[in-house]
Parts: sequence; structure tokens; C-alpha cells
Amino acid sequence: MNRSLALIGLSLYIAGSCVLAYFFPQSVLAFLLVEGSLLLLYYTPVSGRVKSFFAALVLLVLLPILGFTNAYYFEIAIQIGIFVALALGLNIVVGFVGLLNLGFVAFYAIGAYLWAVFGSPQANQFIAGGWFPLSPNWFFVFLILSIAVGALTGILLGLPVLRLRGDYLAIVTLGFAEVVRALVNNLDKPINLTNGPKGIAPISKPPLFFKPVLEFFGVQVVDAALYPLYFYFLVLLLVFVIILVTRRLENSRVGRAWKAIREDEIAASAMGVPVVRMKLLGFAVGASFASAVGVLFAAKQVFINPESFTFMESIGVLAMVILGGMGSVPGAILGATGVTILNLQLLKGLSLWLNGLRQSGAVLSIPLLGDLSLANLPAQFEPAKYERMVFGLILIVMMIFRPQGILPPTQEPKK
Amino acid sequence: MALLELRDISKRFGGLQALSLVSMKIEEGMIASLIGPNGAGKTTLFNTLTGIYRPDQGEIRFKDRSLVGLKPESITGAGISRTFQNIRLFSHMSVLDNVLVGMHTRLDTSLVDIFLATKGFYAREKAARTRAEELIELTGLRGRENEWAQQLSYGEQRRLEIARALAAAPQLLLLDEPTAGMNASEAQSLMRLFRDVMGRYVKAILLIEHNMRVVMGVSHRVHVLDYGEKIAEGVPDEVRRDPRVIEAYLGTGDWLKNARS
Repeated sequence: MNRSLALIGLSLYIAGSCVLAYFFPQSVLAFLLVEGSLLLLYYTPVSGRVKSFFAALVLLVLLPILGFTNAYYFEIAIQIGIFVALALGLNIVVGFVGLLNLGFVAFYAIGAYLWAVFGSPQANQFIAGGWFPLSPNWFFVFLILSIAVGALTGILLGLPVLRLRGDYLAIVTLGFAEVVRALVNNLDKPINLTNGPKGIAPISKPPLFFKPVLEFFGVQVVDAALYPLYFYFLVLLLVFVIILVTRRLENSRVGRAWKAIREDEIAASAMGVPVVRMKLLGFAVGASFASAVGVLFAAKQVFINPESFTFMESIGVLAMVILGGMGSVPGAILGATGVTILNLQLLKGLSLWLNGLRQSGAVLSIPLLGDLSLANLPAQFEPAKYERMVFGLILIVMMIFRPQGILPPTQEPKK
Repeated sequence: MALLELRDISKRFGGLQALSLVSMKIEEGMIASLIGPNGAGKTTLFNTLTGIYRPDQGEIRFKDRSLVGLKPESITGAGISRTFQNIRLFSHMSVLDNVLVGMHTRLDTSLVDIFLATKGFYAREKAARTRAEELIELTGLRGRENEWAQQLSYGEQRRLEIARALAAAPQLLLLDEPTAGMNASEAQSLMRLFRDVMGRYVKAILLIEHNMRVVMGVSHRVHVLDYGEKIAEGVPDEVRRDPRVIEAYLGTGDWLKNARS
């Protein structure tokens, strides 16, 4: 009885929010309600199969339809997907193995540059023959390749620093990320490998291999309109695979060994856990996720430069993992989604709204202080400038009142 | 042939000679105790045996294979596992997962098995879980499987450490003060557990213990350390009467003589 009520409520909520978003394509609030449906679904007391059905409905059918009313929805969804993938990768290193990594974005940059250099005319600068850019079909080869390259760089970073712990390791990873950034920033001389601070463009997009099929069915395809949808599904697929791999690792001897190392390294090794190998594996798996999603990012952006891979990006992903709840897969997903929505939609929306108020010359009546016309506010009070401050305040408040994160790992009964 | 043989083990920390020329043999089917005053080097000997420290000199042979220089995880793989004096459980993991970590060396699922979630993977996980539940039952922790280790009481945590050590399927079990902080009846039930475990799960037990009732009650053989040196060895009754042991624990007794005269 309770279950069917919950199901009806959930269906009504999803339908209602989608209708709202469909008819008010510019409304941030309506789209937030749609996004909220997934969170609601997570908490609805229904079986796993029903949950997967609803999640598939929302992600595979409803969101793509809404995306055609407002292409910005795709952009947001893709960004969320990218950060979810990064957060899940970092969650393995920080949340499972317990190694603080402040330079995670380096692996993301390595993946992005891997495809950017060879998927654009850039590689012609140092490989003669004019073979580049490689045909878009190579995108998928590079996606696989990036997993291997990411894993390898993860191990290369891991090997010399495994003896370090805690703060010391964090500093080394920070240094590593700065080295990677400085390299891509300066490797335009003597051989132009990365084109330095000018960045690389245009980067090939993945092939529209399904286009002939669509045309066969008489669908008129405009490439520019199709790409957002295409990237959306690519990101969705990548995130799905990453979640699957993470889940399986977590519930295997590897995941247990990782957590054991996090809890007590000496006890773990005394129980037969090969600490060095397991740490390297954690580094490798996390780095390969970031590297793969980097390839996707480069292809989506068409243009990348070292500015996309700053220290603040690493900290941002770390904040997502910590806000969501370290060591928890649902937590990392929620943290990444929440922070991305906050940055792209909520804080931007708040700024726009406040600016609108300012320009309309609204008057605030404050008792005792008299009337305050918002139009007279000096430019220093421009709300857009306070986005990061609001984000910072949220971090502070969260850490004081819920340091374990929104969805920390729980003691779930095992089946 | 002894299961474990130590020959002239020495270990020095700066100016402190923690162990000097300690030798001992542990035979199959034996519960041996290692006793001695605080700071005698008992835990150092355990740490040297399990690969946390490397001995400065001496030889450790287990089933006729040298263990010197091996990493802790390889020594566990070879068939020795231990508990810790100051409990070192994986606090934020479930009781079941704590025991399953102990099985790491006995679970040979490959990464491919894990990624593809093959039948073999599920079969091995299931077998491991069954065995873990058996050990949880044995140590009296049934019903607590899904709680975090940190939620257990002190005595339960001590027993979980034993279950975790047994999960590694050791032939030799090392217990570092298993009854510390326990009352008489808890210690009694733990002694019963040692006897249950012998033969069925392990071939020999070496325990460090301060509780003399436990030592005298379960040991076949007692080794006594003082200031890093082995000062006595024998069956419990011999050791109890050994003048060097009494001296190590109670002092020389000079003040007694002086007081009398």
C-alpha cells in the first residue's frame, strides 16, 4: 500500500516537473525540479528494478526531450556527467584508499591533451606527414587508450610517493599537478607539442556513426543539433560504466583491501593485503577514469588550453567528494551533481535575479534605516562577484554541521 | 621438525637492545606462551616475526622456509597471522568485511573476474562469506555482522580480531595479550576458544599474556623474556618455580634480606 502510494507520488512528481520544464524552458527552477526527481527516486522505498526503470526513463527519455526545448540543459547535464566521473575517480583514491590527492586534475588534463594533440592539426607540428587531425573514428580508440595512459601515469606518480602519507603525499600530488600544467603551458618550444598557453583548436568530435541509420529512416539530421544529444549519451554511458566498475571493485576483495588500508595500513598488511600493489591499483583506477573523461571533455569543448586544468579544478572535485561523503559512491555522485548545479544554475540564477532587481530599481524598505534603492548600489556589490563567496560559505557551513558529507557510507545490510 | 624456529634473533632500536639472541621452537599442536615484565621485548618479537621489523641478526624458519626480509603480507600468506595488543580493527568497516579482509590472500579473484562479475567471482565471494560467517559464529559475534567494528564492545572487538586473524587460514596464530582488560569469566570463555581453535583451525598458537591464570591454564610451554633476553623456558610449573623468573617479576629480594638483618 505504502509502496504503490510512493510510486504514484513519484510518477506524479516526475510528470509534473517535466511538464513544467517543457512549458517554461527558461525557468531554472523547473529544471531543478526535474533534476530533483532523481534524488527523490533514490530515497523512494521501491525495489532496485523499479528504481532503474524510473532512472532510465528520466535519463534516457525525458531529459533528452527537454534538451530540445532548451539546449542549455544538455550542457548542464554533460557538465554534471563529467564531474560525476571525476568525483567517482577521486573518491576511489581519497574515499576508499584514503590517500589525499590535491592534484587529481592532472590526469584529466593528460586525457584531454592526449586527444587534443592527435585529434587536431597540432600533431603535425612534430610528426611529419600531415596525417593529423586523425579521423573522428579514432576518438573511440583514444578513449580506450586514455584509460591505459591514465592508469600508467597514475602508477608512475604512485611509485615514488607511496612511502609518503597524509599531508606529505597531498603536497606531492599538488606538485605533480602543477608540473603537468607547467609542462602543457610551456611545451610549445623547442618542439611544439601542446601549443602552450594559446591552447589547441579545433579538436575533432567523435564520429556520428549512426547518422546513416537515422537518414535511412528519413530523419533529417543537423549535425550541430545532434552533437549535444550525442555527447549527453556518451557521458551517460561513460558514467554508467564507471559506476558499474566502481561498485564491483568496492564489493570485491580489492575494495575491501582499499578500505582496510584507509583504516589501518599496518593491520591491513598484517592481514595479507599487499599494500603497495593495492595503493597503486587505486591510483591507476582513479586516474584512468579522469583520463577517459578528459578525452570526452576535449572533444566536447573543441578548444582546450592549460587554463581548464588549474589547482582550483582539483579542489573543486575534492570539495564534491567531501560534500557528498568520502568513500560513498552515491555521495560522490550527489556531491558532483549538487556542486555543478550550484555553480552553473543556482548561483548564476541568483546573480541574474539580483541584477534584474538592481536594474529595475526596486526599493527595499528597511525599518529604521529608511528606503534603500537597489539601483544605487555601487558596482562592487555586483552579485555575480559573490558566487564563489556563497560557495565558500556553503562549504564552511557543511563542514561544521555535517562533516561526514550528505550521503556518507552507511552500514547497509548485505544481501 | 618444528613448525616455527627462531635462532638468535636480535633487534636494536638506537641505544636500546630490544631483543638479544632469542631462540625458540614452536611445535605443531602446541599452545605456547610468551611472558615477561613490561618492556621485555614480547611485542617486538611479534613484530619481528610478522615482518613489521627486520631482525638485525638471526634466522626465522617457518615450515623450513626462511621468513627474514619478507613483507608482512607475504608472511601472512605463508601461514602466520596475528592480533594486536592495542586493537587495530578496521573501524569503519562492517564486522563481516573485517573478517573478509583477513581472507585476502586466500581469495584469488582476478581483476578480470571482478570487472566482468563472472560466475567464478560470485562463487568465491559466496564461499568466503560462508567461511566468514562460520568464524563470526565461532567467536560469538553472530548477529553483529553488519555493524561497524567500532560499535562493538571492547571484549567483542578482541574476539573480532581473533576471527579476522583466523580468516587468513594461518597455521600459526599469534595473539598479543588477547585477554587484556577482560574480567575472569570473559577470559575463561576465551581460553575455551583457544582450545576449540587448536587443531581445527590452526596447528599452533603463540600468545603473549599477562594474565597468569590464562598462561598456566592453556599453555603447553612457556617462554620468558626479560630485557630482550630469554631467561627461561619450560612447562608452566617449571617456569613458575624458576628463580630467575621470580626475580624478573618481583626483583632480587635484597631489600627483604636487608630488612631481616
